[in-house]
Amino acid sequence: MSTSSSSKAYWAANIRIIIISMIIWFACSFGLGIILRPALSGIMVGGADLGFWFAQQGSIYTFLILIFAYAKIMNNLDRAHGVEE
Amino acid sequence: MDQFTLNLLVVGATFALYVGIAIWARAGSTAEFYAAGQGVHPVLNGMATGADWMSAASFISMAGIIAMSAAGGYVQSAYLMGWTGGYVLLALLLAPYLRKFGKFTVPEFIGDRFYSNGARLMAVICLIVISVTYVIGQMRGVGVTFSRFLEVSTDTGLYIGAAIVFAYAVFGGMKGITYTQVAQYIVLIIAYTIPAIFISLSLTGSFLPQLGLIGGYAPQGGDITLLGKLDEVLRELGFTAYTADTTGMFNMILFTMSLMIGTAGLPHVIIRFFTVPKVADARSSAGWALVFIALLYTVAPAVGAMARLNLTTTFWPSAATGNALSGEAVALSDIESNPSLSWINTWRQTGLLAYNDRNGDGRIQYFNDAPLQAVNTAVANATTAFTDARTAAGLAATTDLTAEEAIQVNGEVNANLQTLQAALQTALDARAARFAEVTYGGRTVAELGWVGNELTRVDNDIMVLANPEIARLPGWVIALVAAGGLAAALSTAAGLLLAISSAISHDLIKGTLNPGISEKGELLAARISMTFAIALATWLGLNPPGFAAQVVALAFGLAAATIFPALMMGIFSKRVTKEGAILGMLVGLVFTSVYIFLYLGWFFIPGTAVYANTTANHFFGISPLSIGTVGAALNFIVAYVVSMVTKAPPQDVVDLVESIRIPKGAGKAQAH
Repeated sequence: MSTSSSSKAYWAANIRIIIISMIIWFACSFGLGIILRPALSGIMVGGADLGFWFAQQGSIYTFLILIFAYAKIMNNLDRAHGVEE
Repeated sequence: MDQFTLNLLVVGATFALYVGIAIWARAGSTAEFYAAGQGVHPVLNGMATGADWMSAASFISMAGIIAMSAAGGYVQSAYLMGWTGGYVLLALLLAPYLRKFGKFTVPEFIGDRFYSNGARLMAVICLIVISVTYVIGQMRGVGVTFSRFLEVSTDTGLYIGAAIVFAYAVFGGMKGITYTQVAQYIVLIIAYTIPAIFISLSLTGSFLPQLGLIGGYAPQGGDITLLGKLDEVLRELGFTAYTADTTGMFNMILFTMSLMIGTAGLPHVIIRFFTVPKVADARSSAGWALVFIALLYTVAPAVGAMARLNLTTTFWPSAATGNALSGEAVALSDIESNPSLSWINTWRQTGLLAYNDRNGDGRIQYFNDAPLQAVNTAVANATTAFTDARTAAGLAATTDLTAEEAIQVNGEVNANLQTLQAALQTALDARAARFAEVTYGGRTVAELGWVGNELTRVDNDIMVLANPEIARLPGWVIALVAAGGLAAALSTAAGLLLAISSAISHDLIKGTLNPGISEKGELLAARISMTFAIALATWLGLNPPGFAAQVVALAFGLAAATIFPALMMGIFSKRVTKEGAILGMLVGLVFTSVYIFLYLGWFFIPGTAVYANTTANHFFGISPLSIGTVGAALNFIVAYVVSMVTKAPPQDVVDLVESIRIPKGAGKAQAH
């Protein structure tokens, strides 16, 4: 396997997507679910405050969207760089 | 048909299904045995991963841990976020690259990437410690479920469970396990959600428990939210509010992180991603796995909150539509005669629930008696000291210890007894003062006539296992919960046993001891090591080392501190060397286990703990459950620093890293 400029660009793009995804991953669980909960206690999602809802429901839904979005974006990236199977 | 026959029929039918699948999906090659021939559809693989991942702890214990938490249900959200967030790490950081690597085991990747058998051996050791500790809990879960629902002893239950796992794991390998797990997933998710839907309908009018959790409380016309109602009732009885904020945010963050990294580093979960046909499938398969896991994990907090409210209103009937203390607590005569309360005595027989009418008023008061515990203990100790001294002096039992006669021996006042009686009187006075001061719902304990909490034990597991009975659901739902609990425990046990046996036959025997072994020989070795692993797990299940929850801490902490960092650095860095990786894993392993042992005893032997396991004693408030995050950080730092001062990895390793980063050309796994 050669370190062609295309495969370097592919990897750099992948790393960028991973970093953005990890920021969202951290923000919904540790951010909204734990650290920011006291500050956002006035905002309600139905009968729960925002932090409680993210800690017990919202972060799980966000994780799901995140994984499928990553899979979709990467499949497109694979094709764009001609590295798909 | 009675409940026992029904349980037997439903559990028997599911077992027949599992064995049938095992016969249909026999493994003919090592590729099929280790990785199901890499032909499993991502959706089916996701379902199997869900069953593999969701253990007896997820199915039976998790909702109860959240429901009964003394610090409030919110704090336990760490389990919900931690055990799902790990899949993001798997999908983004590990699964696609390990699938591209295209071999069978986690130690195999570590050995190849860090060009050393030492690294591979180190990974085998971590894997076996993690998986063996984890499997004990599953075998116990099988035994307990059997003994409760099928009226056999826990040990007999364990043997039956082991025989079933043997049937499909030894013959079917990963292929048999995967297809059985698909069936087990379907059984367990139906068993979990049906009672939840009925309970959500009755408490909130909402069909979806996820919406019920944030919905209105139906018995009061929805004027108050379910969580608001729960907070109100719990506060009235002196408990911490259900939605109360955490008092240890730093520790909650580390605990959540530890569970996330630990999840992503569990070998039996990682090997699931070797079974899909393509790299792209490994990415989406993690998503599908999380879809099926989320079905249970988003219902669990609703089950927890609703079960806690149901439990409380059962013991305080007037709380159902108003204030708990505006009416009386549940009467003993009601518990015995009312059919809708018969579950209380059913579960009392198992020892998982206990009550004791301490004030003798014929009612069971359930409340948080923490403010009364110190004075009650003082009175009990003073009473014991006094009665013991009286017995030693040859006096008969007396009903009134405060009477003047109580300290007389042969008509003479005994000085020692006099001192002890005075001490008892002081303790009684202190208690009376406390009882006049502590209030519940605006009335003092003295006015209420309480002595202490009378619902003396409610095991976490009851919240799920007794759920159908508490909600008065039909008998077949109860039978289904039994089958679901067994499915959850058996599917996880099988996945763990496969990880152990493949580490032994593939990494130890083929990789190190006898590289020339034929495929047929290796398959036989895999089956023999699987048999040994089942025998070991059964033996450990029969003779549990006296720790249940702690082993989970160890398994997750070690997975977080050893395997996850090694895999991640192996993929994302070309510079990390074998010395760096081995030392990093070693530091992670030793640091994490030592910290856990300091608080829980050396190798969990009771009485050998150096510090009491309390928040005040923890370094920076970090509990042993959360230490995996720190262990992982140390592993990363040590590996990086050591790699910087050692010779860079050879070119073929750099090529390997570059090749796994690109999906093209994955193909089938090779047996070398």
